[in-house]
Amino acid sequence: MAEIKTDETLKKLVEKVYNDLVSGEVPEVKISSRTKDNIVFDQTNNVWKYGNSTVSRSVKTTDGAQFMAKSLYTIEFILDMIRSGKSSTLREMYYISEGWKDYKFHTQDESNMLAEDLEVITALMREDFKLRPEENGASVIGNITIEEKNRKGEFKRINCRDDVGDAGYTIPYNVESDKVKLVSHDADFILAIETGGMFDRLVENGFDENFRSVLVHLKGQPARSTRRLLKRLNNELGLPVYVFTDGDPWSFRIFGSIAYGAIKTAHISEWLAVPSAEFIGITASDILNYDLPADKLSDKDISALNSELQDPRFSTEFWKQEIETMLQMGKKAEQQALAKYGLDFVTEKYLPDKLADVR
Amino acid sequence: MAKTKEQTQYREVSLSEFFEKNRHILGFDSAQKSLFMIVKEAFDNSLDACDEYAILPEIEVSISKVSDDIFNISVTDNGPGIERTQVPRVFGQLLYGSRFHVIRQSRGQQGLGITAAILYGQLTTGEKALVETKREADDVAFRFVLGINVKDNKADLKLQEPFIWDRQHGTRVSITAKGRYITGKQSIMEYLKESAVVNPHASITFVEPDGKRTHFNRTIEKVPIISKTVKPHPYGIEIGELMTMAKASQANNLIRFLADDFSRVSDSTATEIVTNAGLKKDAKPSSLGNTEISALRESIQKTKLMPPSQESLSPIGEEFIRRGMMSIYAEERPEFYGKPITRKAGIYSGNPFSVEVGMVYGGDLPGDQAIRIIRYANKVPLLYQPGSCAITQSVFDLDWRTYGLDQKQGKGQPYGPAIILVHVYGPRLPYTSESKEAISAVEVITDEIKAAIKQEMRMLKTFGNRKEKMKKVAERFNLFRRLIPEIAVKCSAILGKETPDINPVVSKIAGVVFIHEEISKKDAGYVIKTELFNFTQSTHDFTLKALYGGMDDKVIDFKIEQLGPAEEKVFENYVEWPGQYPGTDYYFTGIEPSKIQGAELLPGDWDLRKMNGE
Repeated sequence: MAEIKTDETLKKLVEKVYNDLVSGEVPEVKISSRTKDNIVFDQTNNVWKYGNSTVSRSVKTTDGAQFMAKSLYTIEFILDMIRSGKSSTLREMYYISEGWKDYKFHTQDESNMLAEDLEVITALMREDFKLRPEENGASVIGNITIEEKNRKGEFKRINCRDDVGDAGYTIPYNVESDKVKLVSHDADFILAIETGGMFDRLVENGFDENFRSVLVHLKGQPARSTRRLLKRLNNELGLPVYVFTDGDPWSFRIFGSIAYGAIKTAHISEWLAVPSAEFIGITASDILNYDLPADKLSDKDISALNSELQDPRFSTEFWKQEIETMLQMGKKAEQQALAKYGLDFVTEKYLPDKLADVR
Repeated sequence: MAKTKEQTQYREVSLSEFFEKNRHILGFDSAQKSLFMIVKEAFDNSLDACDEYAILPEIEVSISKVSDDIFNISVTDNGPGIERTQVPRVFGQLLYGSRFHVIRQSRGQQGLGITAAILYGQLTTGEKALVETKREADDVAFRFVLGINVKDNKADLKLQEPFIWDRQHGTRVSITAKGRYITGKQSIMEYLKESAVVNPHASITFVEPDGKRTHFNRTIEKVPIISKTVKPHPYGIEIGELMTMAKASQANNLIRFLADDFSRVSDSTATEIVTNAGLKKDAKPSSLGNTEISALRESIQKTKLMPPSQESLSPIGEEFIRRGMMSIYAEERPEFYGKPITRKAGIYSGNPFSVEVGMVYGGDLPGDQAIRIIRYANKVPLLYQPGSCAITQSVFDLDWRTYGLDQKQGKGQPYGPAIILVHVYGPRLPYTSESKEAISAVEVITDEIKAAIKQEMRMLKTFGNRKEKMKKVAERFNLFRRLIPEIAVKCSAILGKETPDINPVVSKIAGVVFIHEEISKKDAGYVIKTELFNFTQSTHDFTLKALYGGMDDKVIDFKIEQLGPAEEKVFENYVEWPGQYPGTDYYFTGIEPSKIQGAELLPGDWDLRKMNGE
């Protein structure tokens, strides 16, 4: 069913261009402007979504025509995959475009971006386009039991504490209920952790068992599937989500994408974001209060912070103050800087204190 | 007898001493420069002789090693040859010349000319020079072995014999001298290369001591127009000269002396000068004493005279500079050859002078190094004393950042992928020293040099803008001819429908006739494919003028008749072009400017401009 709908929607798009050409109209596609200036708060879903401002891609300009030609090549490729029952990774599509010569993608960012543009235009998801990302290795450890459909089509039951090794349960790219079922759990909250080093420290210190928590390793900026799984755990199991990151502008963005929705994927924010997520990462105040070893902000860090001051998602009192303080002191710090006070400091003092503040 | 011998020795020693002491004046101040000077004197003589007789020069310069610091320099030309009785005087007599009391721009000589070169060889090696020469009118050639008898200031002839030479006319001079052979900035190779740039009508061969041969090919079959000999203008005359002229004058009285021996002096101005000097009109010029001569000169300076004639000026010329730079610097594959600039004549101290500037830019020329300035005075490359030269100083005074080149604080050495040729010419240029290695930085001259360079560099700016514009036009053309058609084909393929006609949409967006060119290298040039496509809804007639490489002499007019909507015309033309092709200038007439893209409106004064150029 979904495939027929995708096929129809994409062909309708092509037909519009075709009909424009036949009737002598200049083909044009309007698409939501995907910048931070066009992010508005959606009251119903409590997430940030694209606003009303649009950009026009028409064949009047070389850029517009290039976009249209590349979109057509991509659509043809998607329709072929639907017809033949195949799927491909985004990286594979990037390589396949080599054969499109003048219309090939020059970077994988470009092809990923175009796939997202098509999502925005058609209100479909890239899964509908038979496109998927690579596994990125984000993982889960904690007392939660799921069932994942394996290659044989059978659901396999996995307890994410007892049935996995030290690396935890690896999050697949598809975490929808047709692939992953949430069976049961015995935990009070989810702790999403930015870095692998800190994830390992918490696992070794038994934080999941001692604090009845589920640990999720974000692996930097979290992939869509990681955010989607957090959303499902929060939504379906009612587990609160706490985000533990480094203290720098990029970590603030990681939290933003989890709690408010990312700018790049604002068209599906209600599907990915966890509006109730709380930030318990390193703050500028922590660097001062705990006297943490800190690094100087780089020029890039400073401009990222300034850009965040203009970002509507961060226009709360808390963020304004934290960002401004960080700019003033000109310092940033890593999660693992907490080790200054010993290996157990993070689990015995820092996290309990932080959690007490937000719970 | 003994006394005479002693005297001779004494005089020879003193001349050697004179030579030693005045090496810097004569140009023989180091081992490497001495070698350079010998080549220069002989080579410049060859070019001068050929030009004077309207012969396309073929010159071979050959240097071979005799021992560690002794070299043999041989210069052979196809010049007119020298009448054999003249040979001893031309080569063996110091200060022998025929250039007294006439004003004319010539390559000239430094110090004592070829005789000094022979003398230098004689003093450093004891070897006499070999001279071979043949005129077209003579049946046989003559060979001379000669040195210089310093005591009597005449040739010391050791041998004179006829021989059969397998050429119609020409001269060979061969000198053995002490020296050091070098390569690089101030080398013989560089001198010949820079000479080749401004003498594209010459075929020059250079054989280095290691046997390596380098050819600078002739790229223009045309002899240069040489300057006319004119009488001196009174404003430029020094006291001593005036005295010499008065002594030698054939005139019976002062009126005739002034009116006949000088330019721009009529009988009535001559009368005015003589009267104002308080002299008698019928006084014999040769009878004037020092006071009278001074009075006469003072009176001349106070009299209003017409400016000197410019006929004595001999520019290298736009065509020669262009060809020369194109051929010699082709290996750098420059992307832009500036149209050479020739300034109107100026006057310095009673003598006319002018400035020419040429330029090549971009391509493989290094962008992060100092720009190359090649300096010329009266068609002779200046390799020494750049710092004290008017040309270098003018270059350093200009702000090159305006033209997209690098320069610290807009002063001093500019950096960028450019070679700038500057030629200052005129009879009696002010040099910084007797060795004529640099031009004095006199304000009237530096002002002209700067004005010429500015004019030249403005063209580079225009070229940059044009290149940018052409890029945009090409992009648009690609949009209409490739991208939109591709979109139409893809749409219909996906839907399984017939490919729609895209012209209504394209003409809606474009609405112009497009000129687009594609170039491809072939042999010693390029195939230029000019595509015209009518993206409008109407039919057009117009003329397209193509200037290949922006050159006035490579023009083709295309008459376009009845170019209908969506119709295309393609022209192909082969252009011989050394180095990188800079693109074609397209001009149109007969179509509304808003209806055409990729060409410029033909300037209204086009035909006038062409006439002036000829």
